Amino acid sequence: MSEDGVYQVLDPAGKLREGAKPALDDEFVLEALRWMILSRAFDAKATALQRQGRFGVFSPVLGQEAAVVGSAMAFDPKIDWLVPQYRELPAYLMWGLPLSKHILNLSGNPVAGRIPDDVKMLPTQVALAAQLPHAVGIAWGLKIQGKEGAVVTYLGEGASSEGDFHEACNLAGVTGSPIVFFLQNNQWAISTPRAYQSAARQFSDRAAGYGFPGRVVDGNDLLAVYEVTKEAVDRARRGDGPTLIEAVTYRMSFHNTTDNPSRYQDPKDLDEARQRDPIDRVEAYLRERGLWSEETEREFKEAAAKEIDDAVADAQKAPPPQPSQIFDNVYSDLSPRLARQRDEMLGRLPK
Amino acid sequence: MAELTIIEAIRAAILHEMEEDDRVMVLGLDVGRLGGVFRTTDGMIEKFGRQRVFDMPLAEASIVGSSIGLAISGMIPVAELQFLGFSHQAFHQLGQQLGRFRYRSRGRFPAQVTVRAPMGGGTKTPEFHADSLEAQFVQSPAIKVVMPSNPYDAKGMLIEAIRDPDPVLYIEPERLYRKGRAEVPDEAYTVPFGKARIVREGEHLTIIGWSAAVETCEQAAVKLAEEGISAEVLDLRSLVPLDVESMVASVTKTGRCVVVHEAPLSAGFGAEVVATIQEEAFYSLDAPIARVTSYDTPYPPASMETAWLPSTGRVVEAARRTVHR
Repeated sequence: MSEDGVYQVLDPAGKLREGAKPALDDEFVLEALRWMILSRAFDAKATALQRQGRFGVFSPVLGQEAAVVGSAMAFDPKIDWLVPQYRELPAYLMWGLPLSKHILNLSGNPVAGRIPDDVKMLPTQVALAAQLPHAVGIAWGLKIQGKEGAVVTYLGEGASSEGDFHEACNLAGVTGSPIVFFLQNNQWAISTPRAYQSAARQFSDRAAGYGFPGRVVDGNDLLAVYEVTKEAVDRARRGDGPTLIEAVTYRMSFHNTTDNPSRYQDPKDLDEARQRDPIDRVEAYLRERGLWSEETEREFKEAAAKEIDDAVADAQKAPPPQPSQIFDNVYSDLSPRLARQRDEMLGRLPK
Repeated sequence: MAELTIIEAIRAAILHEMEEDDRVMVLGLDVGRLGGVFRTTDGMIEKFGRQRVFDMPLAEASIVGSSIGLAISGMIPVAELQFLGFSHQAFHQLGQQLGRFRYRSRGRFPAQVTVRAPMGGGTKTPEFHADSLEAQFVQSPAIKVVMPSNPYDAKGMLIEAIRDPDPVLYIEPERLYRKGRAEVPDEAYTVPFGKARIVREGEHLTIIGWSAAVETCEQAAVKLAEEGISAEVLDLRSLVPLDVESMVASVTKTGRCVVVHEAPLSAGFGAEVVATIQEEAFYSLDAPIARVTSYDTPYPPASMETAWLPSTGRVVEAARRTVHR
């Protein structure tokens, strides 16, 4: 526990807090760090590609890697469902979404919307909090049908002001659904600071109003995030219902590539956040245990760069978007009226 | 007189009304510290303070719903929805509550609220950011639905909206926000609602559009002129109230009409325009009225939006077909 009641296992310097026992074996911590480094490297690459006009609008994970990776590791993608917002790339990959598909999505190729049939994940969508009732529906449905598995859904502190958040939490409580609401409090909703978003002391406090537990955890502490999420997953699996987790973290980058935080953010805050970098913390922890060196760091970074380059190359092999795809999957069958519209459109496009 | 973009004209209108009347306030997402994601409210929080330029929690329904209450309390709210595509999260407040207050309270609570929102595609945004939803609000009687297409109208219509005792949904053409400047008077002025604007006079057909589609209509008219077809372009400017008289007068003169909008075809506002013209000017028509719209599908990924949106080429084709029938 840190001074402000936020659960912590590792302090910002990567030292185990007094009495804390890591809930993850070294092997898993290394695995988590691999994902975190991959995520950070992808953010850099994607931002560069966006600036070159090759990607559409893009929201980086930067600064929130421990929150996403630590929480995702507490689930079993074989049986559990992931209902994302749009800022949780490493979780998608851990569930089995190929990185090349994610890249296609960012470059606006509609085929990327189709997530592989064996991956229990919904596509990302950008209407904040709108995914939460869907997540509750999945969890509720699993419960009704006696199916194994729980649901994790991600949101930000900004999205928690939306009506859909409150309605979804309430329903999850009423139905006792096996779900974890993982709220990343990254302090910013575009330019709106956390203090303007809610007068509540902590976002996790809201869970009391829905009749289930809320926990607040240092979102930049991989081990703490994993531990708190694992408890929530176990709770869901036991049939004890939902949990709301608030991971206190910091958006160390822009909201998305159209945003310019220098207009509203005090650079001191960002510098301070950098002192609590989630990746540095894991690296320090592993270094202390003799498992991290400049050499391993270089290996991890090179592997991440290669994985990204391969995925970009893979994505480039995909056929470019075809205008006819505009009319695919509007309904199971194309109505005569829509077919006429499609034929009219295709008829005037250059062959 | 200065040359302003649409963004600057909107900002000038709000600034003027806030300076004149301290009941006028701005509320919305990122309107204060950031000055709006499009900078329409840039510099206002510094000038008027946080009470009158309020960065709202992220909840569209409460932006509109609380505006109703603020108006009842005596304020004049100018609310911003960051994109019209997210008005669905506020729909029960905007489509149902806002318009119904005067009616339900038999005139006691008229709800003098302006709701601003950018709309339309062509800027390669993520999903929901480009949807043209104007017709949905026309189906919610008792709010006015207005949509300027140029800097002069943007300022005059926004001042009109803020001063209007009735609620006004003021829809902004996102694609044209910074595209070109036009002369805009420094002083306050209003552009009345329910008066369409003849953008360009013509003899052979009338092309009717609103919001950013007016630009597409104008470009089509220029192309058509090259091949000897003289098109009159009419910018409706407001869908509610609707200037039936100007539509009918123009089509009575030309005998032919093409309606252009970015919203999907079925039950788009174009259908209302076509139905109204055939009711009022049937015997003046020399050809069926054509519609050029996007298609009846969800807004496609940005990479394909150009094929989906009505284009100058499609308007030209439709105009040719209409004229040569």
